[in-house]
Amino acid sequence: MAISMEDVEHVARLARLALSCEEKETMRRQLSDVLEHAHRISDLDTEGVPPTSRVVPLVNVFREDVVRPSITPGEAIGNAGWAEEGAFRVPRIV
Amino acid sequence: MDIINRDALAIAELIRKREISAVAVTTAFLERIRDVETTVNAYINVACDEAVRRAERIDGMLAEGRDPGPFAGVPIAVKDLLSTRGFTTTCGSRMLENFVPVYDATVVERVDGAGMVMLGKANMDEFAMGSSTENSYFGPTRNPWDPDTVPGGSSGGSAAAVSAGEAPWALGSDTGGSIRQPASLCGIVGMKPTYGLVSRYGLVAFASSLDQVGPMARTVPDCAALLGVIAGNDPMDSTSIPVEKVDYTGSLDGEVRGLKVGVVKEISSRGIDEGVLERFQAAVSNLEGLGMEVEEITLPSFEYALSAYYVIAPAEASSNLARFDGVRYGFRASAEGEDIWEMYDRTRSMGFGNEVKRRIMLGTYALSAGYYDAYYAQAQKVRTLIVRDFERAYRTCDVLVSPTSPSVAFRLGEKVDDPLTMYLSDMCTIPVNLAGIPAISLPCGLSDGMPVGFQVMGPALGEATVLNVAYALEGAIGFDERPPLSTSK
Amino acid sequence: MEFETIIGLEIHVELSTDSKMFCSCSAGFGGDPNTKTCPVCLGHPGSLPVPNRRAVGDTILLALALDCDITPSSIFHRKNYFYPDMPKNFQISQYDIPLSTGGSLDVDMGEYKRTVGITRVHLEEDTGKSIHVGESGRIHGAEYSLEDFNRAGIPLAEVVTEPDLRTPDEARAFMQLLRSTVLYLGISDCKMEEGSLRCDANISVAVDGSMGTKVEIKNMNSFRAMYRALTYEEERQRLAIQEGKTVVQETRHWDDVAGTTSPLRSKEEAFDYRYFPEPDLVPLEPDGEWVKALRDLLPELPYARVRRFASEYGLSREIAETLTSCRALADYFEEAAGAGQDPVAVARWIAGDLAALMNDAEVPIGRCPVGTGHLAELVELINSGAISGKMAKDVLKEAFESGKAPRRIVEEKGLSQIADESELEKLVDEVIEENLEAAGDLRDGKDQALKFLMGQVMKKTRGKANPGTASDIIRKKLAL
Ligand SMILES: [Mg+2]
Ligand SMILES: [Zn+2]
Repeated sequence: MAISMEDVEHVARLARLALSCEEKETMRRQLSDVLEHAHRISDLDTEGVPPTSRVVPLVNVFREDVVRPSITPGEAIGNAGWAEEGAFRVPRIV
Repeated sequence: MDIINRDALAIAELIRKREISAVAVTTAFLERIRDVETTVNAYINVACDEAVRRAERIDGMLAEGRDPGPFAGVPIAVKDLLSTRGFTTTCGSRMLENFVPVYDATVVERVDGAGMVMLGKANMDEFAMGSSTENSYFGPTRNPWDPDTVPGGSSGGSAAAVSAGEAPWALGSDTGGSIRQPASLCGIVGMKPTYGLVSRYGLVAFASSLDQVGPMARTVPDCAALLGVIAGNDPMDSTSIPVEKVDYTGSLDGEVRGLKVGVVKEISSRGIDEGVLERFQAAVSNLEGLGMEVEEITLPSFEYALSAYYVIAPAEASSNLARFDGVRYGFRASAEGEDIWEMYDRTRSMGFGNEVKRRIMLGTYALSAGYYDAYYAQAQKVRTLIVRDFERAYRTCDVLVSPTSPSVAFRLGEKVDDPLTMYLSDMCTIPVNLAGIPAISLPCGLSDGMPVGFQVMGPALGEATVLNVAYALEGAIGFDERPPLSTSK
Repeated sequence: MEFETIIGLEIHVELSTDSKMFCSCSAGFGGDPNTKTCPVCLGHPGSLPVPNRRAVGDTILLALALDCDITPSSIFHRKNYFYPDMPKNFQISQYDIPLSTGGSLDVDMGEYKRTVGITRVHLEEDTGKSIHVGESGRIHGAEYSLEDFNRAGIPLAEVVTEPDLRTPDEARAFMQLLRSTVLYLGISDCKMEEGSLRCDANISVAVDGSMGTKVEIKNMNSFRAMYRALTYEEERQRLAIQEGKTVVQETRHWDDVAGTTSPLRSKEEAFDYRYFPEPDLVPLEPDGEWVKALRDLLPELPYARVRRFASEYGLSREIAETLTSCRALADYFEEAAGAGQDPVAVARWIAGDLAALMNDAEVPIGRCPVGTGHLAELVELINSGAISGKMAKDVLKEAFESGKAPRRIVEEKGLSQIADESELEKLVDEVIEENLEAAGDLRDGKDQALKFLMGQVMKKTRGKANPGTASDIIRKKLAL
């Protein structure tokens, strides 16, 4: 299951990671190794087998519609290096 | 009094009887930390002042005759993946180097409510991704048994701290073996509870459907006691099971005669080092000696567990770790004139280490259009087969056993550039996470002077039985070795 | 070439629960930035979502109102994409197993009825808001943006229609009906200007029965904007086809000021959401009892009520639609009409003068100072000839301002019409005496002279003459 350089670049873009050329090559090699191992799951016959995405046998877990105090404005932005008037400042989007 | 070598239950008793003060206990552990940390590096941040202040408050309450909780004054190390209000929580990552949470994880609230004193935040593989604690931005933790070897991971800091006497017990988290494998490599006891038994609220998510917080200690009774503190339904976690509180300590009677033990063929032979296998088989004989019925059991889908895991866990991780983007908290790489997309890319590239990036890439790939069915969807179906294999086995067995790790602690740097080989060190522990069942690792002797771990697995919510079997075996083996750690004094 | 426009809508309704979808922060509108946030809705590490029971119930209610089937076991998915208004960089939404599917809503277009299929109604969480800082105040050309997460995590019910709509008119009518349906259910305030009702459209133009290319239109912030945007886009696509150009499959942004749509080209959009089941949440399995209890809560819905108002009260479709657009208004009408007066007249007064008064004063029907009994009384005063229609307007205004009964206003102001014929005859004689020329004109068949003479009678009586009686007397006196 060797993956291509284009795959690596596409996935890096989806995952929002900037990789150097060297990193991309290492990544391509290592991901190919792991994916080859991972691809063994396709050997198993899973015809008619339902997927398991969670293992707790719970359904309908809710909270009631009750408002509880929010955190303070200071707490909300306290860990942000870039804040302005209580809001998070981000670089231009387009 | 050699307090740092006493187990947690004994320390609790001494403090309750006021034979020693909480401050004296805390101070003794802080001193031990000071002595061995340059070698071990089990902690990312030590809460020196906070711990002493807290111990003072507990002593004050005891003096006034108030009840500060059943484990008042007993110190604890907390894996740095658990949110602690007002105290830096790094997850072993540059991304959160200076991150100070605004809330406590539910398990942190619970150990606090029981009167425990947090000594500090334990080192770990970055975002719990790793099996050696070498993937920490804050440097690797070393195995107290041999500082040239790894303590295992990702809860390597918690395991090493307990092993080295830097805490009587600790909280870890286990996604694919991250409590049991380091417990095994450091010669201590570590348990991954049933998925949903312990709240995940405040546990920084790696793979949400697999993660579980669990206790790490030097003895099985300590482990049972700590589990008793942290287990139980939490309305803040939708996947938390509403079950009655169980007295895990009270049900430890060592009476295991007639219980059926299944030795898992697929993870108890192939790929296991000889020394490990020897200790494992000796321990199985001990179980027979205790009157348990041992049989070999085959679980055919197990050899696919590792493959399925390395699709499911990275897939969930790729989504869980998307929030680290430099906007609301954490590290931000910022440069004049760049737009937000460049900021995201550089922040995440500089904030995350190689293993984390590798898994994010892997998981993103497995979920992306065109590959979802072959990888993620198929892995989920394989997961069903693994769940069914376990269910079938528990129809005839009370517990299943295997080695915890295929080898004893390996040397630092040995596997760091070979992810696949590193991943293989979790082959015995991973199926348990996929099935969501409980399992414990306890030491079953030494091989070449390094500890070997024995894994006992039980059916969902079968903690009491698992603990009792481990307790009986612990007594039969009589493992009481301590690492020959020289202090810097 | 035969053109056919194909429109499908995707509507987001912000539910008016007290707390957010997955945390206990207030779901109220506005507030200083990030004052309604917590670790969960800020996506802090380690936080977990717990669903709001009422939000699930409200969404089921909407699904039932739209005749959908409730899925026995539905699940949440994560929709993964990076955007600064999303705290976790994924949205908790529903994907291939939504809460409900397969409904429909009938839209009465007057001459015909359009049945619009409802593909699904599902539940998801809202995003935060970006404030763009820079000269333009918009995303293009902004220097930087500020993120406010007060809105992040408010429950959204998403309604997706089949591509069953054929004109911008139908789309607007559908939206109006959907809005009044949601208002009837009381699950959202549906304020487009505050964003609690949002609509995106997919529009394509089929040529001679073969499917065209689908274009998604965003940023239509009012019914008018939606109508204009779809009309513009329909025309743009037709022209493109006629000129032999290709219509590109893309997302376009409606600019309400310029009156045009333009491509929303975000260079970062990768269109691979990597949906997968949300592992932090368990399935929704609404049991029969819950669904039944919700079904019992369903009021008579606008479409059905319009039809009943037409058949039961003989109202025109337009006036029935106006009255049923708001549940309280329709209830008001039914109560007023119940007093035994002519329902068509009652309806006209409510939809006309009363609605205008309430509009000007920004008073909702729930706090209308004119009670239904008073409104019926007003209609009775007109029908009995006690006051003229023109006088009634003033009486209603006075009643609206003072809250007094119309009969009392008429008495206090001495407003009742002079219906007494002998008194009127005396006055008409005076008027003819004073305006012989006009009287002559009228005799000669110049009908506009009647208007003049009537005006003089009204002047003398200060408007209190019954116009019908007065004109009869004038004609009689002039032997016409
Ligand atoms: Mg949506
Ligand atoms: Zn919140």
